[in-house]
Amino acid sequence: MTPEETWWEATRDQLLLLQFCPACRRYQHYPRFVCTGCGGHDLEFRAAAGTGVIGSFTVVHRAETPYILGRVRLTEGPVLLTHLVDLPDPHCDLPVRLAWRAQPGGRHLPVFRSADDGL
Amino acid sequence: MSVAIVGAAECDLGQTGKSVLELQTQAVTRALADAGIPLSEVDGIATNGISRFSATQLADYLGLQPSWSDSSFAGGAVFEMYVARAAQAIDAGQCRTVVISFASNQRSARSRKLAGVVEEGTPEAAFEAPYQPLYPISYYAMTAQRYLHTYGLTRADLASVAVAARARAQLNPAAWTYGKGPLTVDDVLAAPMISTPLGALDCCLVTDGGGAIVLTSAARARHLPQTPVKVLGYGEALTHTGMATAPDLLHTGAGAAAARAFSQAALGPADIDVVQLYDSFTISVPLGLEALGFAKPGEGLHATIPHNTGGGGLAYCHPGQFGVLLLVEAVRQLRGDSGARTALVHGTGGIFSSHATVILGVDR
Repeated sequence: MTPEETWWEATRDQLLLLQFCPACRRYQHYPRFVCTGCGGHDLEFRAAAGTGVIGSFTVVHRAETPYILGRVRLTEGPVLLTHLVDLPDPHCDLPVRLAWRAQPGGRHLPVFRSADDGL
Repeated sequence: MSVAIVGAAECDLGQTGKSVLELQTQAVTRALADAGIPLSEVDGIATNGISRFSATQLADYLGLQPSWSDSSFAGGAVFEMYVARAAQAIDAGQCRTVVISFASNQRSARSRKLAGVVEEGTPEAAFEAPYQPLYPISYYAMTAQRYLHTYGLTRADLASVAVAARARAQLNPAAWTYGKGPLTVDDVLAAPMISTPLGALDCCLVTDGGGAIVLTSAARARHLPQTPVKVLGYGEALTHTGMATAPDLLHTGAGAAAARAFSQAALGPADIDVVQLYDSFTISVPLGLEALGFAKPGEGLHATIPHNTGGGGLAYCHPGQFGVLLLVEAVRQLRGDSGARTALVHGTGGIFSSHATVILGVDR
């Protein structure tokens, strides 16, 4: 499997994987064949904690129901482009946590919701 | 470096109903007429946006067999990169007369799509497309959101950029918005929302248009009709294609590109008289002026350096890749009676993906 396929397969179990480089102790996303920190190839996958903060966001008004596109900086360091859900008042620097949206075929798409919504 | 821009021109702008090659031909032949150089003397071509073999295609259409060409693609910044490559090629003796050109009929052809293009097989297609970002608008929108948040500003503050661009375009008869009257902050805020905080009037125009510039050696330029506009320095920076790659949305490649150009020219921001920077969206202007050294971080909306004098992509013309028209306007400013002796041109491509700065000057 390519790193990309491994990553998507893990979403069937609602696992958000990040590539980790043991040589330079660094996480990266999206998964690829090289460590962008040291140029090494011996990368492993580790499950992300699923916590982060909103770096920025935009409410996209193209569809009938607007959706919130966000850049979430994970606790491990990498930034993900994602959707922010169940978030009536999004703002930059708000803590968020991982949630999942089912996709056709059994895969899931990682999205993020408020870290302190009590759910 | 001993290369100068000796000709510059626009093709027809706006909604032309013309083909790309007709507009390209207008741009090239008008710029050559401006330079006083016959078509047959062109031995270098840099262009894109025509076909897969853009420079070769244009050479075929114009009946030329150039000894140097460049069809690099890096979005709207590439024309500033072409200036660097052309200067090197002329200095190296690979060619003598280069035309850099671009034209698009995107408004007439209705070829622009709000969501943009997703290229299969890229990491963006796999990891970003499922979230349906508008490309490129949503990236600039997230940058604007972060900018307003960081500096405690509002959409109304950003709207002032569109208002100022419209005002400048009222002095430029070639501008798409010429004669349409002034814009108010309330107009900008009331425009349809696209991707918060950017509404329709925070976005550049969608028009046909293009232009061309002609370069040759500074030694030859002295014998040509126009005041030679010398290439004093250039610099580039590529930073990302993905919307999640840049660690900090407010730190673009513009600073690195400009630093390289300033270093080569042995000049600094205080030495520049006029700036042409790629105003794809309102946020691009304050953030760009700050990165280029014309304002402190967070103070770009109050920068006093004259910029985007023709109205820019927001109010004059935006044919998809605006970089060539930034060069045309810089040449006009340096030849004109504004008294400007130095100009900085900064092109940006994609989602702040590619950056290229050119510093130009005239002897007055």
